[in-house]
Amino acid sequence: MIAQKFEYTAPKSLDEALHLLASGAKPLAGGMSLIPMMKLRLASPEHLVDLRTIQDLNFIREAGGQLHIGATASHYEIESSALLRQKCPLLTETAAAIGDVQVRNMGTIGGSVAHADPAADYPAALQALEAKFVLKGAKSERTVSAADFFVDAFATALEPGEILSEVIVPIDDARTGTSYQKMVQPASGFAIVGLAARVRVNAGKVSFVRIGVTGLSNHAYRASGAEKTFEGKTSSPANIQAAAALVAQGVDANSDLHASADFRRHLAVVHAARALKTALSRIA
Amino acid sequence: MNINLKVNGKSYSPDVEPRLLLIHFLRDVAGLTGTHMGCETSLCGACTVELNGKAIKSCTMFAVQANGAEIVTVEGLATNGKLDPVQEAFWNEHGLQCGFCTPGMIMASKQIIERNPSPTEEEIRHGLEGNVCRCTGYQHIVNAVKAAAAGAGK
Repeated sequence: MIAQKFEYTAPKSLDEALHLLASGAKPLAGGMSLIPMMKLRLASPEHLVDLRTIQDLNFIREAGGQLHIGATASHYEIESSALLRQKCPLLTETAAAIGDVQVRNMGTIGGSVAHADPAADYPAALQALEAKFVLKGAKSERTVSAADFFVDAFATALEPGEILSEVIVPIDDARTGTSYQKMVQPASGFAIVGLAARVRVNAGKVSFVRIGVTGLSNHAYRASGAEKTFEGKTSSPANIQAAAALVAQGVDANSDLHASADFRRHLAVVHAARALKTALSRIA
Repeated sequence: MNINLKVNGKSYSPDVEPRLLLIHFLRDVAGLTGTHMGCETSLCGACTVELNGKAIKSCTMFAVQANGAEIVTVEGLATNGKLDPVQEAFWNEHGLQCGFCTPGMIMASKQIIERNPSPTEEEIRHGLEGNVCRCTGYQHIVNAVKAAAAGAGK
């Protein structure tokens, strides 16, 4: 399978890349989704701008009490980052669950998030983390929350000519337990459903809970009904189950040859309970 | 477009179309047919090569993206006729039947052992998730990776 002809530029600077993108070129990061789409001729960009050659987009650092991850940080760089393992273990756990070794070596967080595949892993974690995304254009820069970023299947808040340059997540200290639980589609490695949970307990009661869901519907979302039900309660198995039962409530569930809508909802509930239980067990 | 890259230590400066896949460069331009094209959809792992020390699927990368890179293919593993320990272990443990997936399996196995010198069986199977064997020879492949890891320190 050969892609249609295209022009290729590997700019050295972000400014140069943004200038090319403003005139209609498309960004290429790890290519783990775009290149298969180009080979299948589902995408035929005329001009590709390679972001992996831009040093300014590849970083993982702590600044201003938050963690900043550059768009071209690969899944492997995230999964093996000592800083993230210590301060945002939900993200390292999620990165390690993506695809396979070869895909994690090439694929990037910015590419995955901007592509917004409804079955991608990161969006569940990034919803649970209430992540922020820095979107840059040739003449603009803005920050959008995960809640506002994921609009629909393969549709995001990105405007033409903009790229996602940076992902910002909070620091989770040892009092926050986190977990990502996924039902994997074995051939592709994508999530049939993926549930990310962050939990804190204070004086025997759940004082904070965030639940992110991917794979179930057109885009990842926070299960706020389940969160509200769990907050303020004890973390008993019955309360976990009662909260988990609400994660798929009111959601228009996807249905495909891998899982029907009803089965997907069932899987979401089961994996939500597992994610909450595991997250609670990890509170130091 | 003119690019420069090294494959198995040898420099190449081909003029390539941007849409030329890395695997087609390796097989058709450089003549290194040890890397196999299997599924063409980045699922099977037969086309796995090392790019700057990282295992990647060469069917899902354009050759132009490898500009300036150092690539190692299965042909680059043996030195002076002596097999690499992972190759030796695949031979000793019968880690192949038809052999089509073997170059990719060996390149992925090298990455597993480089990152984790004593992997458990579970870690080996997790590490080989991106490689498919249609002869169902996984048990012997896992045995080969274990043997290579055990012997690598000798």
